[in-house]
Amino acid sequence: MKKYFLSFLTAVISLFVWQITVMGFNIEAWILPSPSRIFVAFWQSRALIFYHLIPTLIEAVIGLTGAVFISIFIAIFMERYYAFQKIIYPFLIISQTIPFIILAPLLTLWFGFGLPPKIIIISLVCFFPITINLFDGFQGVDSSILRLLTSMGASQKQIFKLVKLPASLPSFFSGLRIASAYSILGAVVSEWMGADRGLGILLIRSTKSYLTDRVFAVIGIITLLSIFAVLLVEIIARILIPWHYYKLKIRK
Amino acid sequence: MTMKKAQKLEIKDLSVTFESEIIKNISLKVEDREIISIIGPSGCGKSTLFNVVSGIIKQNKGLIKINGLEEKKRQGKFGYMFQEPLLFPWLKVLENVMLGFEIKGIEKKQAKIEAVYLLKKFDLFEYANLYPNSLSGGMKQKAALLRTIAFNSDILLLDEPFGLLDAITRSNLHLYLLDIWKKLGLTIIFTTHDIREAIFLSDRVYVLSKKPATVIDCIKINLSRPRKISDQTSKKFVELEKKIISLL
Repeated sequence: MKKYFLSFLTAVISLFVWQITVMGFNIEAWILPSPSRIFVAFWQSRALIFYHLIPTLIEAVIGLTGAVFISIFIAIFMERYYAFQKIIYPFLIISQTIPFIILAPLLTLWFGFGLPPKIIIISLVCFFPITINLFDGFQGVDSSILRLLTSMGASQKQIFKLVKLPASLPSFFSGLRIASAYSILGAVVSEWMGADRGLGILLIRSTKSYLTDRVFAVIGIITLLSIFAVLLVEIIARILIPWHYYKLKIRK
Repeated sequence: MTMKKAQKLEIKDLSVTFESEIIKNISLKVEDREIISIIGPSGCGKSTLFNVVSGIIKQNKGLIKINGLEEKKRQGKFGYMFQEPLLFPWLKVLENVMLGFEIKGIEKKQAKIEAVYLLKKFDLFEYANLYPNSLSGGMKQKAALLRTIAFNSDILLLDEPFGLLDAITRSNLHLYLLDIWKKLGLTIIFTTHDIREAIFLSDRVYVLSKKPATVIDCIKINLSRPRKISDQTSKKFVELEKKIISLL
């Protein structure tokens, strides 16, 4: 806890300076509301924010889950079939240079304003970091370990189950950590294309009504949600692969 | 008429060539329960020799007999151990040793019973539930040795097994290995570039040349067993050391 103290202090001071500045210069609330005002706005519209938070969260969870399944499937196929790896790898890289958000209007055209186009967008945004990290995890297994298992007469299937799968878990979770933050972002942005509920919609509506304090409140909630998603992945990882964190601790 | 007992391992006229010739006409014999060391300059092809013997790579020429029978498919016939312990960091010490039994095809329940027995017999049971990364280098290598034995306790191929350890840990492990060898009746072949280690542990030392590796000489180590650390300062020991140095 001690090592975070200075960062925490910096955050508190920044908020304080912000508050003083707004009050001191009489800045109008629709341009820059003070932190205290933002908090009041949050508290007053908490039921509304919660109402819009639910669909965003559902989209993010389904989209991320979809991305995890797609990633596991592609990564295992790439690992298993060298030809598939050769063919698909360039596409994977190129797909990352496409900002998937630009596909949103097209997907809306095809799938309407409901859940499906949003889930597709989120999965597209999230699958890359998971796939690449998982695949790198498979590839990064110590070649001596593979030699050892070959000398024992282990089959490819045994090697995969006994070594590659467990060895790749740490990098799988690094990918998932990044993807979990993307999933919230993806959900919010995909709602801009059309929806009647969601934090993205609330954000747009509040902007159009010049409710700047509520805009800040929603931004704050989205940020917290992303942080929470990353923390959740971190906690799951610490439960499932305790041995990995043990290693990090020893190295210090 | 007495039947001549078959050698545990016999290598005859073995040659290996990749881009260049690495091993040239190596022949060697290992009797049951012998400890044989193979010593030679770094990079002379000792590891390649083990890779061929264990069946990971194929030879170009020569044959390899195990218990008197020529074996073409040799995977699984040896307990093979490397310089690095290569324990699986995601498995506890006990599970790592169990893995040796499990790959051999023994079911989990029985594997656990046998792994616990091994750990208890060779003083590692108190570490059974720790992850390898919390062990010292010497402890890791002891655990790796037990995993190797769990997989195959007939013939061990140890490729510079103590190469990464400090001198004190190393002599501790020498005694540990000799204890296991005696209690389980193992046949051991190991490579090293440490002459004193070769003499201290072995019944015979094969001295290899630079690449391409050939057998320069085979030195019989006529020191009595059980051996003690203090033997390393005896006159006989020092003479053997001088003899091997002169060959290298």
